[in-house]
Amino acid sequence: MLHLILFAIFAAICAGGALNMVLQKHPINSALSLIVVMVSLAMLYMLLGAEFVAAVQIIVYAGAIMVLFVFVIMLLNAGAEEHTKGSRVAMLFGFPSLLVGAAVLFYTLMVRGGNTASLAIGQFHGRAEEISDLLFKNFLLPFEVTSVLILIAIMGAVLLARKGGTE
Amino acid sequence: MNSALTFLLTAVVKVLITIFVLLTAVAYTVWLERKVVGRMQNRWGPSRVGPFGLLQPLADGLKFIFKEDLTPPYVHHVIYILAPMLAVIMALTAIALVPIGPTITIGHITTPIQITGVMDGNGQSSDIGIGLLILLGITSISVYGVSLAGWSSNSKYSLLGSLRASAQMVSYEIALGLSLVGVLMISGTFSLREIVRQQQGGFWHWNIFGGFQFVAFFIYIMAAYAETNRIPFDLPEAETELVAGYHTEYSAMKFAMFFMAEYANMITVACVASVIFLGGWSGPVPSSLPPILQSILPVFYFLLRVFFFIFLYIWIRGTLPRFRYDQLMAFGWKFLLPLAIANIVITAFVIAVRG
Repeated sequence: MLHLILFAIFAAICAGGALNMVLQKHPINSALSLIVVMVSLAMLYMLLGAEFVAAVQIIVYAGAIMVLFVFVIMLLNAGAEEHTKGSRVAMLFGFPSLLVGAAVLFYTLMVRGGNTASLAIGQFHGRAEEISDLLFKNFLLPFEVTSVLILIAIMGAVLLARKGGTE
Repeated sequence: MNSALTFLLTAVVKVLITIFVLLTAVAYTVWLERKVVGRMQNRWGPSRVGPFGLLQPLADGLKFIFKEDLTPPYVHHVIYILAPMLAVIMALTAIALVPIGPTITIGHITTPIQITGVMDGNGQSSDIGIGLLILLGITSISVYGVSLAGWSSNSKYSLLGSLRASAQMVSYEIALGLSLVGVLMISGTFSLREIVRQQQGGFWHWNIFGGFQFVAFFIYIMAAYAETNRIPFDLPEAETELVAGYHTEYSAMKFAMFFMAEYANMITVACVASVIFLGGWSGPVPSSLPPILQSILPVFYFLLRVFFFIFLYIWIRGTLPRFRYDQLMAFGWKFLLPLAIANIVITAFVIAVRG
């Protein structure tokens, strides 16, 4: 029961924040709404029993990436954006594909979905020990390759930033 | 239903006591700082209100409440009001995760001395399995209080202060997080209570000595000073350059909120340092004492460590000048970060060799 109430609260906050992010005119308001979405998503992960993913979601997305977003918006001092009436492509393809996507999701989850039971924290593969077990035993190679990829990306960013510098 | 009610009641009582003690500690840390720095500079510090100036925090609080709450024109209203609240809420939330002491028994209720701690089925005290990660998450969220305050004030000084603050806090967060990894590898858990439990039984079991984490301890202390914007890393509020940095445009209670947040953060960081590196509440507890004292004495040991860190903060404030900004960034990225990574590699190597 408590599970359901908490889910309703955080799902509502999540959806409301996402809607607010699109509708707000000022970029900083949109960024702040996105932070709200990230944090409430973390709470939803927590309700799924994935405590480690929830904590990482807050630290990485809400804490690091969004700080960078806010930082850039502050640095550029971006003003309020101008709204156009919307493109015809969005009208023709956007809304129908949105509906189709929602219908497919609804079908898979509600009609074909298996049993739905609520989980306690630590009951599912959500604890840090289990995730590290999976990462360092079953998926060691993809994990290491990803880390090398990220390292290359960082070096590329540094190289681009230094281009034309007099250092 | 009865057990749920008991749970709720103990939680509320624990929260109330902790918040009361924390806020009092914040007020008297300010008093201690003024007094100690005063003595270091060969003057008296506050001495007029009450004996030894002990009622000075009370007078300061009254002054903050009765001051005019000025809102400058052209600020971004919602965020301007939101920012100090965010700062103080994040600072006060973090203390909930800190294990302050072992269990205490009052009547027939036994509970751990920690807000997020509960008794599990086996009569053992336990807390959140990812306590340390949540603490790091709260630290990373608390950047917003400072950065949004500067931006929404619509003032050049504030904006520059908050830009400095966000860059500095994001940079030092990495060194802060990495300095804890060595301890995490030794203890194999994120639970703060479990980390303390593993360090019981004499100071040679503490992570700083027994785990050879003194380099990590040094990195943590440095990064923590930068995270809390204290001297020698208080660039975001450097008064010679930026008036007062990110809180230039704030007055009355809103300014007091930033002030409280800074000191509450100091206390939290000191608590975490004690828990992670100095064995939390461990200390000699004679078994001949009555049970209630056996519960209280470890709390006293814990507070002693926290006091040591607070005093160190004040001592360094009275001693060191401020860094230049490029020196600060170079120190964080080119010295602390490689050192932290080296510490992780060496600790991992030692653990692997020992098996």
